[in-house]
Amino acid sequence: MRPRLLIPFGYPLAGLVLIVIAWALACWLGNLPTAVLPSPDRVYRALVMRSDLLISEGWVTLKETLYGFLLALVIGLPLAVAVANSRVLNLMFYPLLIALQSVPKVALAPIILVWLGTGLESKLAIVWLVAFFPIIVDTAAGLRATPKELLELAHSLRATRLQIFLKVQFPAALPFVITGAKVAITLAVIGAVIGEFVGSSEGLGYLLLSATSQLDTPLAFAALFALSFLGVFVYLLVELAERLAAPWLPPTAERH
Amino acid sequence: MPFGAIDHVRKVFPVAELLTRSNEPVVALDDATFSFDEGELVALLGPSGCGKTTLLRIVAGLIRRSAGSVMIGGHEVHEPLGDYGFVFQAPSLMPWRSVLGNVLFPMEILRRNDKAARRRALELLELVGLAGFLHARPHQLSGGMQQRVALCRALIHAPKLLLMDEPFGALDELTRLEMNDLLLRIRRETGASVLFVTHSISEAVYLSDKVVIFSRRPARVVTEILVRLPEPRSQKVRFTAAFTDAERRASEALGLVPPVAEMEAAQ
Repeated sequence: MRPRLLIPFGYPLAGLVLIVIAWALACWLGNLPTAVLPSPDRVYRALVMRSDLLISEGWVTLKETLYGFLLALVIGLPLAVAVANSRVLNLMFYPLLIALQSVPKVALAPIILVWLGTGLESKLAIVWLVAFFPIIVDTAAGLRATPKELLELAHSLRATRLQIFLKVQFPAALPFVITGAKVAITLAVIGAVIGEFVGSSEGLGYLLLSATSQLDTPLAFAALFALSFLGVFVYLLVELAERLAAPWLPPTAERH
Repeated sequence: MPFGAIDHVRKVFPVAELLTRSNEPVVALDDATFSFDEGELVALLGPSGCGKTTLLRIVAGLIRRSAGSVMIGGHEVHEPLGDYGFVFQAPSLMPWRSVLGNVLFPMEILRRNDKAARRRALELLELVGLAGFLHARPHQLSGGMQQRVALCRALIHAPKLLLMDEPFGALDELTRLEMNDLLLRIRRETGASVLFVTHSISEAVYLSDKVVIFSRRPARVVTEILVRLPEPRSQKVRFTAAFTDAERRASEALGLVPPVAEMEAAQ
């Protein structure tokens, strides 16, 4: 394999193989019952045999995650613009937003279920709640961190407020928006699963719960894997959006 | 009538704007008075933190003055007049725009982004030696190249006045000398007036027709030094008696060396 592929893919793959081998050895040598820790081949079999179920339940969770995330984006961005551009709104709400960000919003899940029932609405509300804060807080921070010189340049040319917003403030804030969106999408998956744990009759979180209650541990593990795939998939979607919206940003790995 | 007249300009920052422990308002600029003609390059020279940058922003109409008057091209400045270029100490380019996009930014704001604007952008980039980098992103360029893009951006709308705030202060010596020559050439070709803030004595003398010298805070204009050097200027004027004489007069005014008369008396 060429070094260009070896470093990003070869080494992580080798690490993964080692972990799976250790896992298999632990199952076989430790003689663990399947209900406690299923061996890799059993989980693999569950993944293949129950793939229809995993895909249909995964589709439910994916929809909850994406819809909730988009809702957070659609509501969070305009609010961030309002908070960042109005001194009064900023003084009123920014400290509150920061404070609310540290509230464990997952704890609200049971209450939301009481309000909105066990359908899609309650999942959307929970996902929205966890995804909303990183988006609005990061976007507002980004909008207020516009380089002073760029604002002065625009003012010196007698730019209108709209021009300043569209051509300076917003593009300058875009990296912050993306950082917020990346945190939000990761939290959104967690929110969807929590929503399903608390009360639902479908989705990967529900499947995980019902599989463990029936001691079908291989299926539970398969659901866990499907959830991981889903998490990585939606994260990559956000990265793709980043590449399209902000091609000037260096790749994430080079930024740190 | 001079093109620009800065008359007894004063700037006092209220305490709230600055994080100082004292309760006294801070006098950033005590009294600045000088004038310049169309096409003149005036260097504003003084110790750092002496309010030169503040003065430049007052002339630009970006911040309000506490007292005094600023006339540019027959207009009293109260807000940005929209007819000058600004070059900052950092290039301050937009990372999301290409080199060409950055240069054309002022034309978009002024709603004059037409074919003629594009042609002029290409001419300017050609002039500063960046014709091959039209579609490069700012982060792909060196500091000196970025500052040349910033210079093109400041010139694209053919402003009558160029305001430059220590534009080459962050560059290495050799790049800085190159940029000085480039600025002289651009000035000859555009005929723009330039206000140039610097704290390099030799840069001030090399570039300008007149050096306005500021004292420490609270800053006042101490004196003006007229610079007469053979034109067109090139690096060799640095080694002429006229150049060293102007440098010496500037140093004296800044209080760095005692006046010649005193030195002779002491000997």
